[in-house]
Amino acid sequence: MAKILLEMKNITKTFPGVKALDNVNLKVEEGEIHALVGENGAGKSTLMNVLSGIYPYGTYEGDIIYNGEVCKFNTIKDSEGKGIVIIHQELALVPEMSIGENMYLGNERGRKAAIDWNTTYAEADKYLKMVGLSESSKVLVKEIGTGKQQLVEIAKALAKKAKLLILDEPTSSLNEEDSRALLDLMLGFKKQGMTMIIITHKLNEVSYVADKITVVRDGSTIETIDNANHDIDEDRIIKGMVGRELTNRFPKREGVKIGDINLEVEHWTVRHPLYPERTVVNDVSINVRKGEVVGIYGLMGAGRTELAMSIFGQSYGILAGGTLKIDGKEVKLKKSPTDAIKHKIAYVTEDRKGNGLILSQSIKVNTSLANLDSLASHMVIDKDKEYQVAEEYRDKLKTKTPTVEQLVGNLSGGNQQKVLLAKWMFAEPDILILDEPTRGIDVGAKYEIYCIINDLAAAGKSVIMISSELPEVLAMSDRIYIMNASRMVGEMKASEATQENIMATILKSGRGD
Amino acid sequence: MKNPAVDFIKKYTMVIALVLVIVFFSISTGGKILLPQNINNLISQNGYVFVLAAGMLLCILTGGNIDLSVGSVVCFTMGIGALLLKAKLPLVLTVLIMLVVGLCVGMFQGFWIAWISVPPFIATLAGMYAFRGLSNVILGGYSVGVDNEAYLRIFGGGADCYIPDFFKNEGLNLTCMALGVIAVAVMVILALRGQMIRKKMGIATGNLAGEWIRTIILSALVLWIAYKLAQYKGIPSVLLWIALVLLIYGYITKNTAIGRYFYAVGGNEKATRLSGVNTKLVYFLAYANMGLLAGFAGTLMLARAGHAEPTYGVGYEMDAIAACFIGGASAYGGVGKITGIMIGAALMGVINQGMSIMGISANYQSAVKGIVLLVAVLVDVLSKKENA
Repeated sequence: MAKILLEMKNITKTFPGVKALDNVNLKVEEGEIHALVGENGAGKSTLMNVLSGIYPYGTYEGDIIYNGEVCKFNTIKDSEGKGIVIIHQELALVPEMSIGENMYLGNERGRKAAIDWNTTYAEADKYLKMVGLSESSKVLVKEIGTGKQQLVEIAKALAKKAKLLILDEPTSSLNEEDSRALLDLMLGFKKQGMTMIIITHKLNEVSYVADKITVVRDGSTIETIDNANHDIDEDRIIKGMVGRELTNRFPKREGVKIGDINLEVEHWTVRHPLYPERTVVNDVSINVRKGEVVGIYGLMGAGRTELAMSIFGQSYGILAGGTLKIDGKEVKLKKSPTDAIKHKIAYVTEDRKGNGLILSQSIKVNTSLANLDSLASHMVIDKDKEYQVAEEYRDKLKTKTPTVEQLVGNLSGGNQQKVLLAKWMFAEPDILILDEPTRGIDVGAKYEIYCIINDLAAAGKSVIMISSELPEVLAMSDRIYIMNASRMVGEMKASEATQENIMATILKSGRGD
Repeated sequence: MKNPAVDFIKKYTMVIALVLVIVFFSISTGGKILLPQNINNLISQNGYVFVLAAGMLLCILTGGNIDLSVGSVVCFTMGIGALLLKAKLPLVLTVLIMLVVGLCVGMFQGFWIAWISVPPFIATLAGMYAFRGLSNVILGGYSVGVDNEAYLRIFGGGADCYIPDFFKNEGLNLTCMALGVIAVAVMVILALRGQMIRKKMGIATGNLAGEWIRTIILSALVLWIAYKLAQYKGIPSVLLWIALVLLIYGYITKNTAIGRYFYAVGGNEKATRLSGVNTKLVYFLAYANMGLLAGFAGTLMLARAGHAEPTYGVGYEMDAIAACFIGGASAYGGVGKITGIMIGAALMGVINQGMSIMGISANYQSAVKGIVLLVAVLVDVLSKKENA
């Protein structure tokens, strides 16, 4: 029996009106990777915030016993002093500063009034090597990709002499390859004796990397599952998370008649908006029929989002060639989303907070935004009708909210995604491009989103679904396109597609830019 | 648990602050601040703040962007107006030219901001210098007087700038009272109509009692002000102009699509653009409109001062900006209301006037304004923190 490094005992944390954590117990052994899983809002992040001192001692009940002593952390500095370092989901790096400056931000080498830059960069380089980065620590953070930025975060944590590393959704913005590299890095650290807690939605990662899995549901720890052999069944974890057996993660689409080709894009080529010499989408041709769900699978950075946004009124990049046909007729879209919306195309972004929703406004205002003209005569909005519309979509999509006047920023990720879908459904498009429609939302909400997609197809809409989750693409699509390194490298019927032959297609196409 | 009292205080912080400030000054000035004449002065002196703040609100809504050129543009249009009136141009034409000049200045600045992406702070700072200088140029550094009586009366200057009393009553001005009553009647009818429509459409009507309490308090306030003004000389003509501007902009921000876009752009510019809104046009309109209202404020100020001088209008932009922020507009954009800026402008006006009546030096007044602004924004920031 290994030594217990961390024990959180009967932790209860109350916010005004809600009990976020209710008698939570967590035991982490030294040298293990412990996964914390649960639906959004289950209380995982709150628990980690208690541990790291973001919620100071006294604002919660219960004890934190770390390395055999009861800890009373008042700030993050206190917990970091003990070697507990948390890496948050949103990267906290300053893009305009160098990697080294970022790593020692708030933890500067040398004296306060005179930073020792030589030591800073020398030490930074050492830690970068440990995480497998070959970049110099003098490179600016904005010049490296998201995957490498995540590694810099880890190097930063190592530089703080971390003994217990907490990673909150470390792979949520990484592609499959970078994710795998990160997980392998974690396994490497484990061999060197590091203890880690990982919070993630991706259950395949959990089963790959975790030794123990603690399931959190509704503010309580439900169970801790042993995964020493790394062979746990994903359905077994899901059962714990949702409290029931999810017999089917994907709803069936039945009796949908697939019609004529609705949208046809041929030889589409897009260049980078700032570096026109870089081709981001290279000679891509796709089509989608009425009532059909077409999946576009590819690793992040393959050019999927760029393709979609470029089709959507050239809202990304410089169009260097290609034709777009709607119902067989060639259409030249002006360089504005407005024109695309007029031609009944909708693009539901992958980045709902950044590109999709106005968090400071109500559900109602967000729902009507893309089609406000239909609610207005002579620029004057019929606000009562607007309210009715918002209510209608709330019912239709089962958005959980007390009222449509609720600010979108107060909703959970799944409900925000529904508001985003409502907005574009209200715009009454014929062609919907859904970019990662289930990213960062929990299993229950995912199922509901899938049902909505099926309904859209049943209503005769053409749906293009971009996703980096293979099971989702396989289960939801009628036809699958595979994109890699800016090119379309394969197309197959869903009935013929398997995880293996999709990955094989990608590998065969090779990489290289 | 949600505490309704706390919610109420949070929602109406500035209204409560305004009431407290008025109570304070009523006591410290022995009730002088509530004399009819002082209420009249309060409105006349601060007319420009209300007008400019309405325009500034739209700029701030687009993302905390401000327009620093406003004071200079007010002065510039005043100068043009004074010169045109001196050249005996007809009144209507003069006012029209003043408004168009303001609009053109706004469009000029809006063009750089919207399409060339010059930061608003810099574009309007340039305008602030340029139009201050041009005011000097056109006025030749001198003061130019206005002797067009009709102009002065209509826009709230001179001795007799009140709505005439059609009833010719001794003592109480009946026209003023009648207008007050009509305003209240319109408010009540609109409230009733809204409720009926919502009921018919089967929309949950929300807090009915709250809506009626608000209507009743507002009605009482309107009647009280009408009564106070009726005891003096009646409705100052500038009040009609302020009311007109506030009603128009209140309507635009609440009920029109373009009004909605100002909020949307400030809330999330990218999402708004991807929703098919021409966001550049929205920025442009915010600044073009600011110019137009600066022209109109110039029209009012020229009448009030009776002459134009190259030093007029200094610091007006700051008064307008302060009114917006005190009135609850977010410095990051996307949040703010016309009713809010009314309260913000009134609060500053009351503090100024109260201190003047108490005989406190003008030097202190500016210091107090500064503190009020800081406290107001502090309240806003802190209450948001609690929510998070």
